[in-house]
Amino acid sequence: MIRDTLVPLAAGTIFGAGLTIGGMTDPARVRGFLDLFGDWDPTLAFVMGGAVLVMALAWMLQRRMLRPFLAEGFALPDRSDITPRLVGGSALFGIGWAIAGLCPGPGFAALAIEPLSAAIFVAAMLAGMLLVRLLEGQG
Amino acid sequence: MSLPGFPEAAPLAGVTGGVLIGLAAALMLLGAGRIAGVSGIAARAFGLAEGSMPRMGAWAFLIGLPLGALIVMGQTDAASPAFAEPLLLVVAGLIVGIGTRLGSGCTSGHGVCGMSRLSQRSLVATATFMATGFATVAAMNALGIEVLP
Repeated sequence: MIRDTLVPLAAGTIFGAGLTIGGMTDPARVRGFLDLFGDWDPTLAFVMGGAVLVMALAWMLQRRMLRPFLAEGFALPDRSDITPRLVGGSALFGIGWAIAGLCPGPGFAALAIEPLSAAIFVAAMLAGMLLVRLLEGQG
Repeated sequence: MSLPGFPEAAPLAGVTGGVLIGLAAALMLLGAGRIAGVSGIAARAFGLAEGSMPRMGAWAFLIGLPLGALIVMGQTDAASPAFAEPLLLVVAGLIVGIGTRLGSGCTSGHGVCGMSRLSQRSLVATATFMATGFATVAAMNALGIEVLP
C-alpha cells in the first residue's frame, strides 16, 4: 500500500522538478520550440534528449529484470499496431499542445506556478478525456 | 551556458531537466513496473480509463508533479512564466484531452518512455504530434494569432 503510493509520489515529484527546470512549464519556451520555421528555441530538444537517453538505459536494465524492485510484476504496453486512431489522436494532441504551450505533465506541474491558468487547462483536458469515454460508450 | 546562434536557448537547464524526467520515468519503470505516461495516469486517477495501476498510486504521481515544481520554484527567483488566456486554455485543454485518449499517450508516455524503447507506435505518435505542433504554431504565426503576452 505504502509502496504503491510512495514510488509514484517520488517519481511524480522528480518528474515535476525536471519539467520545471527544463522549461516545459513555461508556455513561451514550449511554443518557442514548436516555432521551428520562425524564432526557434531548441531547449526542449535537450530536455527530450536527456530524458530519452536515461530511459534508454533504464530499458536495457529492465530487459534483464524478472520483476520490478518494488512491485510484483511489469505492467507495460505491448501493442505494435499503427491505427488511424493513434495517428489522428496524436495529430490532435500536437495541435492542442501548440495552442497553449502545455501538455498534460506541465499542466499538472503548473498548478504550483500559475494555479488558475493550470486548473483551467487541466479541467478542460479531463473534460476532453471524459468526452472520448462517453462517445465510446464506456461511461 | 548558451548555444551559438540561439541566444534564448538554455541547453544546460534543458539537459538537467531532461535527465531528471528520465530518472523519474526510470524509477516508475524499474521500481513500480509501469510507464510514466502522464495522460494515462491522469485518466486513471480521475476514473476516466480502465487499468491495472492502483488509483491511489495514480493520484500520488499527479500530486508529485506540482510538488516538484514548487520545490524548484522555491529555489529560484525567476519571474513566473506567462500563460494563455482562459478561452485558449479551454480549447487547448479539450483538444489535448481528446487527442491523448485517442492517441493513447502524450509527450511523456510516447515521447520519453515509448521512444526510448523504440516502440513503433510511440515513434509514429511522437513524429505526428511534433509535426502538427510545428504546423500549428507556424499557422497561428502566419495568421497573426498571439497567444502569450
